[in-house]
Amino acid sequence: MNENRHSVIIIVIIIVGLVLLSKLFMIQVIDDSFLRRAERNAVQRIVDYPYRGLVYDRNDELLVYNNPVFDLMVIPQEFNIVDTAKFCKLFQIEKEELKEKYKAARKYSWVKPSPLIKQISNTDFARIQDYLIDYPGLFVMTRSVRAYPDSVASSALGYIAEIVPRQLERDSAHYYNQGDYIGHSGLESYYEKFLRGKKGAKYKMVNVRGVDKGSFKNGQLDTASIPGLNLQSTIDMALQKYGEKLMKGKRGSVVAIQPKTGEILSMISAPVYDPNLLAGSAYGKNYLKLRNDSTKPLFNRPIMAMYPPGSIFKIVQSLIGLQWGIITPNTTFACNKSLVACHNHPSPVNLFGAIRNSCNPYYHQAFRMMINQDISNNTFTDTQIGLDKWHEAVEKFGLGGKLGVDLPYESSGSVPSSKLYDRIYGKGRWKYSTIYSLSIGQGEMQVTPLQMANLAAIFANKGYYFTPHLVKSINGNPEDIPEEFTTKHDVGVAPHHFDMVHDAMAEALYGTAMRAIIKDITIAGKTGTAQNPHGEDHSVFVAFAPKEDPQIAIAVYVENAGWGGRAAASTASLMIEQYLRGHIERPALEEYVLAGDFGD
Amino acid sequence: MRQDDLYINKIDWLTILIYFALVMIGWFNIYAAVYDEQAAKSIFDFSINSGKQLVWIGTAVLLITVIMVADYRLFDNLSMILYGFFLLILLLTPFIGKEINGQRAWFELGPFRLQPGEFAKFATALALAKFIEKPSFDLSQPKYQFQAILIILIPVSLIMLQPDTGTAMVYMAFFIMLYREGMPQKYYVMALVFIAVSLLSLGVENNLYIAVPVASLTVILILMGKKNWQRIITLCLIGTAVIAYSYSLDMVVSKLPAHQQNRIMVLFNPDLDPLGVGWNVTQSKIAIGSGGFWGKGYLEGTQTKFDFVPEQHTDFIFCTLGEEFGWIGSLVVVALFAALLIRLVFLAERQKTRFSRVYGYCVVSILLFHFMINISMTIGLFPVVGIPLPFFSYGGSSLWSFTILLFIFIKLDSHRIQLLGRMN
Repeated sequence: MNENRHSVIIIVIIIVGLVLLSKLFMIQVIDDSFLRRAERNAVQRIVDYPYRGLVYDRNDELLVYNNPVFDLMVIPQEFNIVDTAKFCKLFQIEKEELKEKYKAARKYSWVKPSPLIKQISNTDFARIQDYLIDYPGLFVMTRSVRAYPDSVASSALGYIAEIVPRQLERDSAHYYNQGDYIGHSGLESYYEKFLRGKKGAKYKMVNVRGVDKGSFKNGQLDTASIPGLNLQSTIDMALQKYGEKLMKGKRGSVVAIQPKTGEILSMISAPVYDPNLLAGSAYGKNYLKLRNDSTKPLFNRPIMAMYPPGSIFKIVQSLIGLQWGIITPNTTFACNKSLVACHNHPSPVNLFGAIRNSCNPYYHQAFRMMINQDISNNTFTDTQIGLDKWHEAVEKFGLGGKLGVDLPYESSGSVPSSKLYDRIYGKGRWKYSTIYSLSIGQGEMQVTPLQMANLAAIFANKGYYFTPHLVKSINGNPEDIPEEFTTKHDVGVAPHHFDMVHDAMAEALYGTAMRAIIKDITIAGKTGTAQNPHGEDHSVFVAFAPKEDPQIAIAVYVENAGWGGRAAASTASLMIEQYLRGHIERPALEEYVLAGDFGD
Repeated sequence: MRQDDLYINKIDWLTILIYFALVMIGWFNIYAAVYDEQAAKSIFDFSINSGKQLVWIGTAVLLITVIMVADYRLFDNLSMILYGFFLLILLLTPFIGKEINGQRAWFELGPFRLQPGEFAKFATALALAKFIEKPSFDLSQPKYQFQAILIILIPVSLIMLQPDTGTAMVYMAFFIMLYREGMPQKYYVMALVFIAVSLLSLGVENNLYIAVPVASLTVILILMGKKNWQRIITLCLIGTAVIAYSYSLDMVVSKLPAHQQNRIMVLFNPDLDPLGVGWNVTQSKIAIGSGGFWGKGYLEGTQTKFDFVPEQHTDFIFCTLGEEFGWIGSLVVVALFAALLIRLVFLAERQKTRFSRVYGYCVVSILLFHFMINISMTIGLFPVVGIPLPFFSYGGSSLWSFTILLFIFIKLDSHRIQLLGRMN
């Protein structure tokens, strides 16, 4: 009666086998997540960090290098100290901190290393090195931090720091991991991809306790790190250093450009901070200090600060007027102070006189002719047409938009178009009398010091510029720099119009900036005073020199230092002398600037 | 001489071949499980488990020889004495056994460590065979059912004293043999329903998911069948009992010791506690799963080699195979086990006496049970219970007891004609 039951048992055996094989097929063949989990389990990836690229100045002086530092690591299982007080004294760590770190390390892993003291300097390491052998479970991991031999150009160079979550999210290529270092500002940030190099990896097999069991697949998958590329910056270290010295104790910007190439020779954001503050173990503390400093040392003024261009903009107005044929060098206007205030000078003046004397009524009247060309019978419409045409012409001078310098966080400044006034006053409800302050570079106009320096370069070049930039070559190859820095931008003004401007700018020094005059070097410059509703006006000066063959174009802003002829012109003049001569022959002027009292 | 030749021809060499194939694959796997690339030792090195296992294999061959040359009548005659002897040993084990992992399941004899619970299996099998041998023994009658179950329950209860749940559980395997010998089918149907309901009520979050369908099914059955009161009451009682059981099970489980509770819960959700209770299953699945179709290659496994899988040379030895030989390797081993079991069913069926047939089915039952449960637990189909994979797992007790169990049957089979003669 039970004779058929053996077939049932055979069927059961077959079913058991098939169920096991199906489940095995599912986890072994279909679901490949187990393979990945296995590798995560047993194969430890040890990142081989590349050496970050160095940064040189234009004369191959080292600006940024890497300094080795040491992280003291602890393996809790092996760690054992007899005399805690002695240990703390030797390793310069607070007892509480030691306890805390040890606790954290133990919580992380009993057998894997955790950092105990981070970024021990070379000298401290030399001191403790010999004692390490007395403490089992401690070992040292070498890393490097950025170092700056001359502590200059912090705002241009930027700094590197641990990656923040926002940057990590944007890293679609997944190059970075939590805790990695990345450029946070300046060249370090802009050229991150070149500087960072390529990480290598060693694959090690570890057992369940994290103990090293040798290389994975005999190191076949291991890759060596590739060091980052070196950058040659356009900065002239001597000039930069001298400029930082001059700007000591002041607030403002200095930007010097080689006009023929757009290379930035010097870029100073005062107050200057020491770049070494943001490298190494005190980063967090120093960063907070700098960020909370009321003088805003981390604010990169040359590219971020915006001021009204003031009188310097009159040169742009002159050039546009000449190009459009609205005015000629002989066009004369009376210095009608009922239109706009002016200071005393002979009247009437022609264009040369207007530039030399910075005559406000002249530009009020000339600008009106540029804006209201009677294209429309409706004066409101006519103003709108004229303004937009003018706006277009001004933009060509690199104003009202980002220049595209190779630094992050550049401001665009602003040059108003009809849209802005439509928004403020309503369409068809504003006319020339609303916008006349633009004629003299006031009102709704804002420019960055970099844009001003670029204007100086345009004047020097008689009508063109290269986007200002801070990189001369990448790993020794000048042709590797981004193409936009070798593209010529024409401002749409015929070169011959500049001849008169050059003469007037050279002459202007004798009117408004006597201090800036250098014997044997002809400087063409223009003072400005940027009105500051919050306090003392900002002193502004733009110039290029020598007038005959411009080598340097410069813009200097000194905040709250009164009008342009004193602080800014003096500083610019010294910078020019330093750059062209390599030394200063006017110690008195240098003293005057260093003293920083521009009250006269 | 002619008679000897005949005898050798009567031995079932196919079974022996599969046995040695499994033992040798097992031995290579044990070497892989303990292999350390940085301090590679020979597979024969006695300081590592593969070397020791070779000693166990060698002595197993000796045992086989003893069994094969012994008088075949011995096992029949000694069955009750062996059963009694092992019951006595099991009784003593909790008192004089060596405590390992909170259990006193091991007996120390000089340098050897033996697990009496393993050996008691073949004695119990012999005792069952001896008992059921009587022509009057009819498993459809409750009296005989009770006797058979009692023979199984005595060693089980003694093993539970140690306590060694895994080994005790294996004795349930004898119900497979009892099924063949005529135990009423309804018990098995009920057991299957019981297991299904248990799994369901443990697996679902809310027992309403069981209660509602069961109640609906009961109502449907009542409406569809004949409307007599006896049937309606019976169906209602069964339905209520099932629902009550599903609700009470959660309560019972909550009364179990924490580690057993966790083992059950981890079966349903292995990610529940991947570093704690789920560790074994998770790591075991990772090891086997990472083997892929072809495996990582012999001695190339990382999970088993670097101790991610606990007890991998004993209860979790299948992980090494799965990792290094992949699905193909698993297929070969599963197929070998299935072939062995089917061959043994075939051998059992050709026995001329009920004694050797019952014994043969006992062997099938125990091997099937170990094979099924051990591999299932390594791939997360069954809670982790500490029972070895026959012929594969490292250890003398395990290899010896399975060898004795199997070869007694091979011996009996080779004398099936004579046994018949004796009976007649």
